[in-house]
Amino acid sequence: MPEVDVLSETTEMVDPVPGAGVPHLPDQPDLVQLLTPEGERVEHPDYALDVTAEELRALYRDLVLVRRWDAEATALQRQGELGLWASLLGQEAAQVGAGRALMPADMAFPTYREHGVAWTRGVDPLHVISMFRGVDQGGWDPVATGFNLYTVVIGAQTLHATGYAMGMQRDGADAATLAFLGDGATSQGEVNEAMIWAATFAAPVVFFCQNNQYAISAPIERQSRVPLYQRASGFGFPGVRVDGNDVLAVLAVTRAALAAAREGSGPTFIEAYTYRMGAHTTSDDPTRYRLASELEEWALRDPIARVKAHLSRSGLADAAFFDAVDAEGDELAVRIRTGTRELPEPAGTEIFDHVYAETTPELAQQRAEFVAYRASFEEA
Amino acid sequence: MSETLTIGKALNLGLRRALEDDPKVVLMGEDIGRLGGVFRVTDGLQKDFGEQRVVDTPLGEAGILGTAVGLAMRGYRPVCEIQFDGFVFPAYNQIVTQVAKLHARSRGRLPMPIVIRIPFGGGIGAVEHHSESPEAYFAHTAGLKVVAVSTPADAYWGIQQAVASPDPVVFLEPKRRYWEKGAVDPDATPDPLFGSRVVRGGDDVTVLAYGPMVKTALQAAEAAAADGHSLEVIDLRTLSPLDLEPVFASVRRTGRCVVVHEAPVTLGLGAEIAARVTETCFHSLEAPVLRVGGYDTPYPPAKLEEEYLPDLDRVLDAVDRSLGF
Repeated sequence: MPEVDVLSETTEMVDPVPGAGVPHLPDQPDLVQLLTPEGERVEHPDYALDVTAEELRALYRDLVLVRRWDAEATALQRQGELGLWASLLGQEAAQVGAGRALMPADMAFPTYREHGVAWTRGVDPLHVISMFRGVDQGGWDPVATGFNLYTVVIGAQTLHATGYAMGMQRDGADAATLAFLGDGATSQGEVNEAMIWAATFAAPVVFFCQNNQYAISAPIERQSRVPLYQRASGFGFPGVRVDGNDVLAVLAVTRAALAAAREGSGPTFIEAYTYRMGAHTTSDDPTRYRLASELEEWALRDPIARVKAHLSRSGLADAAFFDAVDAEGDELAVRIRTGTRELPEPAGTEIFDHVYAETTPELAQQRAEFVAYRASFEEA
Repeated sequence: MSETLTIGKALNLGLRRALEDDPKVVLMGEDIGRLGGVFRVTDGLQKDFGEQRVVDTPLGEAGILGTAVGLAMRGYRPVCEIQFDGFVFPAYNQIVTQVAKLHARSRGRLPMPIVIRIPFGGGIGAVEHHSESPEAYFAHTAGLKVVAVSTPADAYWGIQQAVASPDPVVFLEPKRRYWEKGAVDPDATPDPLFGSRVVRGGDDVTVLAYGPMVKTALQAAEAAAADGHSLEVIDLRTLSPLDLEPVFASVRRTGRCVVVHEAPVTLGLGAEIAARVTETCFHSLEAPVLRVGGYDTPYPPAKLEEEYLPDLDRVLDAVDRSLGF
């Protein structure tokens, strides 16, 4: 078994809900890990992974660029350019690892924080940002990218992913869906229904839960008395807990689960054990509900630092490579910064245009009234 | 060649034809397969089309609607049966936050051709949550279309038209009228799905109804005729979008309008219709638009439902009040 002492310490933190009377999770991390926080490559008996040096460097590049995008968007929100931003800081490995496990024909169903998965599906960062800027409701094409629109209502997308997977199954497609959810979402009835449906119909869906320890301010102890991955057995399919800050382990575990789904073995529940280093969203103040020491502990398990350490130690990348990735990050940041400010304002009539595939007389009339009302100002 | 069918059987034949016409149509619901549904509307369909086309689902309304969303994204046309009106609320989240909005959110890239069949309304002596009239919740939600049928012919054609519609349709079936009989001509050219219809001509008062109340309104018109009053009865048929042009034309002639529904009166469909008729026909009105509906109470126990539900006497009382202005 890989060394996991550091992770087990997290359960010893001060109870952020004093007097809640809810016991902490049993102290049994049981994580799949392929790359230690120190950057040491380790093997796992169930999850072998062959990655070339080139693939490793590509994963590192993904992680750095996704973090850079996230940092830039957070800054843009602080500057008043975005209404809100949901930062993925700390969860880059979980998202890049899961996203890179997908095949082109697969379909991902994100929540509202999967910018890293969006990146792996080739979604333009500005198409994600446009939603948080209030320009549109998600500017990318979910069909063309295999990356569904963000879902804000907690857990609703797990049912969509299951239904879509049932459709893939009917079509005989060699494909699966990857449903993202958070630790808080596991308390939702709809998530439980999704798992029951998935199990009953052996739908090719993988539930990928990023346990980032908090649902806004509520700690995981407020959602579950057992480790989340153990819940899967109650639904009749495998659950596995992976080090969510280990991009290689996430890649290997997700790849295996998706392969099993495509082969007709039905769903898997993956709990990516990770930590949200930032706020829930830019509206939130995490210092009210968690301790700085906890943050410091998790910083030691940074998902990017360990890949960088591994690449350096193994001689798979040199300073010039790291500098080049950083420079690419700078370019991306500039593109995001200027691109955000240049996002065109939507036309007012757009609110009427796609409410229905076949519009209604009422809506057509309201649209005409809107246009006439607007025009009355222009003439004046 | 016209045949006489109940509303329930007409729905069954309409669903059968929808399944035959389009291999992407999938029926989903609790007990709809071997049992044929608690009202037997899907009787025999699983036997003939198989478990893949007529799916007995686990017990979970959000699950039925949420997986229907995913299937619709994948190109299927799910027809979801909600067993009883009061059980639609666990699925309300999926219907209102997802089904209704995804077409707009995706700018048309994610079509939602989903039909949500709901046996609705009271009058069958059921226990609680089996006799609700939730139509206003859905009609208030942009992105949904809402239909209520009242005749076997409309049931037969309407369900096929709803399945073929590219938009999500909440399809309300008047459960206490499932056994009402009427003529269905499978070779006829049906009226459009979204439109109201004058079902009885008259000159004195315009009476509007939909679903189970159409029969009650027609009974009231019959009784009023004996008293020398001529009622024009309009079946709204579609609650969102509302087709009020025939209503406006009628009210301009009669000068009087009574709206009848089972749902509680406050903020019900009748309130919206009264406002629109007043806005449009103000100068023609001889009396305020009056509403007849359920009281603003939870649906009562079965022994009291006859007190709660509008009957022909309450309709006639409203007609008399209208004529008294």
